[in-house]
Amino acid sequence: MPVLASFVCGLIFGAGLLISGMTDPQKVLGFLDLFGAWDATLAFVMAGAVAVAATGFAIARQRTAPAFSARFLWPDPNDIDAPLVGGAILFGIGWGLAGICPGPALVNLAGLSLPIVVFVVAMLAGMIGQNLFGKNPWRRRMLAPSAVETASLPSRADG
Amino acid sequence: MHDFTPLSGLAGGALIGLAAALLMLLTGRIAGVTGIVGGLLQRDTADRAWRIAFIAGLIAAPLIAALFGAPLPRPAMNASLAVIAIAGLLVGFGTRMGNGCTSGHGVCGFARLSGRSIVATFIFMTAAIVTVAIVRHGIGG
Repeated sequence: MPVLASFVCGLIFGAGLLISGMTDPQKVLGFLDLFGAWDATLAFVMAGAVAVAATGFAIARQRTAPAFSARFLWPDPNDIDAPLVGGAILFGIGWGLAGICPGPALVNLAGLSLPIVVFVVAMLAGMIGQNLFGKNPWRRRMLAPSAVETASLPSRADG
Repeated sequence: MHDFTPLSGLAGGALIGLAAALLMLLTGRIAGVTGIVGGLLQRDTADRAWRIAFIAGLIAAPLIAALFGAPLPRPAMNASLAVIAIAGLLVGFGTRMGNGCTSGHGVCGFARLSGRSIVATFIFMTAAIVTVAIVRHGIGG
């Protein structure tokens, strides 16, 4: 059941990206282009998404466990650290260059256009490279003896 | 130039939020695409099935829409393939380093009122806006 639920959630998420127009990089770049013909749509997408998600999360907070698994895996890191800032800057530059972020990249993969395939392959390579060589204190905690954690860290990443 | 489409934006956004809410309520997971994909690409990840299922759902959405006559998404991209490849590397490395992207930090993080995610979202938005300003208008930087 959790796997089926996860598939359905991916399906709804993908439908939302398609309907909102956020799978179109030109529309995303139209929002990011403050000095051109600015298109504010992305702000409405975010507002709609955050409002509904916040409502759902508030309901979840009142429950002891999710329907199909043992417990809620809320992200627990709360520090604003160098990897967070550096990672966000690198991601922002890439997002501004192409107008695509990870969710829309995967939805667009269904069309198998060459630019999208190139983008997704490069994105996966970047992720693997970061997994192998990069620093991320929330995944690699060995250097911080004060933080003894039993839970597996990957599942508790912010996103 | 593209039109401003606030209603379909709100409706699509609401569906994205619904998916994030349901994934938490049903499976206890955060709907962050970076975390879901990145975890799949790590050797020590035990929980692969739900990650693959979510990604399959994302890719299935336009395929199902195509059954009802919608065109498959083949978006026009102005950047050269070399720039697109560099952008993909930056997006993959950066989102993994910063532990999240538009979905994990932007949607779920804001919905949780996570200070960390709100800061991350502000930073990647700013970096993207500056990048577009430089690329399109040669200003800033």
